[in-house]
Amino acid sequence: MKHLRWLAVLPPAGMLLGPYFLNRVEPLVLGMPLLLAWLVGCTVATAAVMGLVYLTDPANRDAGEEP
Amino acid sequence: MNAALPIIALAFVGALGLGLWARAGHDMDMEQWSVGKRGFGTVLVFLLMAGEIYTTFTFLGGSGWAYGKGGPTYYILCYLTLIYVISYWLLPPAWKFAKQHNLFSQPDYFAARYESRPLGILVALVGLVALVPYMVLQLKGLGIIVSTASYGAIPPTLAIWIGAAGVSAYVMVSGIRGSAWTAVVKDILILAVVVFLGLYLPYHYYGGIGPMFSAIDQAKPGFLALPDRGQSATWFASTTILTALGGWMFPHIFASIYTASDARTFRRNAVFLPLYQLMLLFVFFAGFAAVLQVPGLTGPDVDLSLFKIALETFPPWFVGIVGATGVLTALVPGSMILIAGATLIAQNLYRPLAPNATDASTGRLAKIMAPVLALACVGFTLYGGETIVQLLLIGYAVVTQLFPAFFFSLWRRNPLTKAGAIAGILAGVAAVSVTVVGGYTLAKLFPGLPGPIQDLNAGVVALALNLAVAFAVSAFGNRGSKPNTASA
Repeated sequence: MKHLRWLAVLPPAGMLLGPYFLNRVEPLVLGMPLLLAWLVGCTVATAAVMGLVYLTDPANRDAGEEP
Repeated sequence: MNAALPIIALAFVGALGLGLWARAGHDMDMEQWSVGKRGFGTVLVFLLMAGEIYTTFTFLGGSGWAYGKGGPTYYILCYLTLIYVISYWLLPPAWKFAKQHNLFSQPDYFAARYESRPLGILVALVGLVALVPYMVLQLKGLGIIVSTASYGAIPPTLAIWIGAAGVSAYVMVSGIRGSAWTAVVKDILILAVVVFLGLYLPYHYYGGIGPMFSAIDQAKPGFLALPDRGQSATWFASTTILTALGGWMFPHIFASIYTASDARTFRRNAVFLPLYQLMLLFVFFAGFAAVLQVPGLTGPDVDLSLFKIALETFPPWFVGIVGATGVLTALVPGSMILIAGATLIAQNLYRPLAPNATDASTGRLAKIMAPVLALACVGFTLYGGETIVQLLLIGYAVVTQLFPAFFFSLWRRNPLTKAGAIAGILAGVAAVSVTVVGGYTLAKLFPGLPGPIQDLNAGVVALALNLAVAFAVSAFGNRGSKPNTASA
């Protein structure tokens, strides 16, 4: 399941590329300007994706990780 | 005398007390003092990492940018989120290496990886150039907060002296453990205050978040999005990446890596710290609420927007709570900066030049350097004038130049030699100093380039130069001096 870590590229890509396409105020989403709402969405998605990466990362499975 | 003052004083005394109490039951040798005996679990590391990033800059500057610049402010949310995505993969190997080699400071890491004492000294100097203005910014913020929230009863100068003395005292006694425990109080307080302000102010003045943004959009069309030129989408993307890469390179932030008890701590925090960044949203809301309510602040005064609107809205006792929160946002990062800076001076500037130094004597010197460094920072704060803003800009750009040497040191076969790493850092730092001091942007340097490229953050050029020089020198350099290959 290690390839799942590539999912982590998506939310940052959304943050960096989003402003090129969604750089507008209207419509307000959840009361926020569209661009800000998009970036907030990307932040939440980051946490979700990192959670998934954490759970499937074999590095976290074995108990002893001493050097 | 008003209700605000005792509350601020109480927070200050409480933070000091907690900082001093944190020492209880621990021998304060160098490893305990600088890196908490590498024994902090997920929660303390979380608080340290959150604590050093929620500084007065976030509190005053985040709302100030929202007030003064609008849309471009959103980059703060993005870079702080990216920082933790990066941390998932970069910190565990760095932590492992530091533990194996019993490292105390950021320059230690570079010196050990590249087996080069001169590189360690260079990194220490770069780190100090970045740390001092960062500390000055905290002290300046502290002065502004206390004098505003005390309705002028305490002048900024006095607040700065008291703050610096208090931080030095608990730093000397408790080290990084004190910082971590003060961060506990700070984060609870800031979370409560920021969320309250970010919701109450929009509802009180505009009837809700949506109506607030509608009103701002009507009064200042385009203010809530990015401009087409200048701080455009290209500026946004390049600045977000640069600051995210540079973030871990600040010596006090890098040193917090060493405090962790195991590598999984970082991976776990990489899941939760992005969510924690949503707190910034409420800082932005408070700043935006001020746009139409306390108009007319310009220049450096935009940083006062949060306090100006708080003064107009709330009774003194609540202004006191906001002020107390602000004081803690200066004290916690301030204490970590002092520890990292003092460790740097003792461990990486004094020790290489004093062959007889022991762990004990280096540790003693580090503790003595903490108040000395604080005193120097107070001096800069009070007499530095406007140059400090320049220094801070340089500091931010300068630490980012350490990133390539750090990044490649994690590779199994490091393509950079020690000479390459040193040359790259020097080239990058020189480029940064010239562009920042001269106030050059890409638009000024290359007027012929197409618009979007001109908006790239000028730091990109310095980083490219850094990489080019590092690889060129490594390729032509002495093959015999291969740096340590990563053992991770």
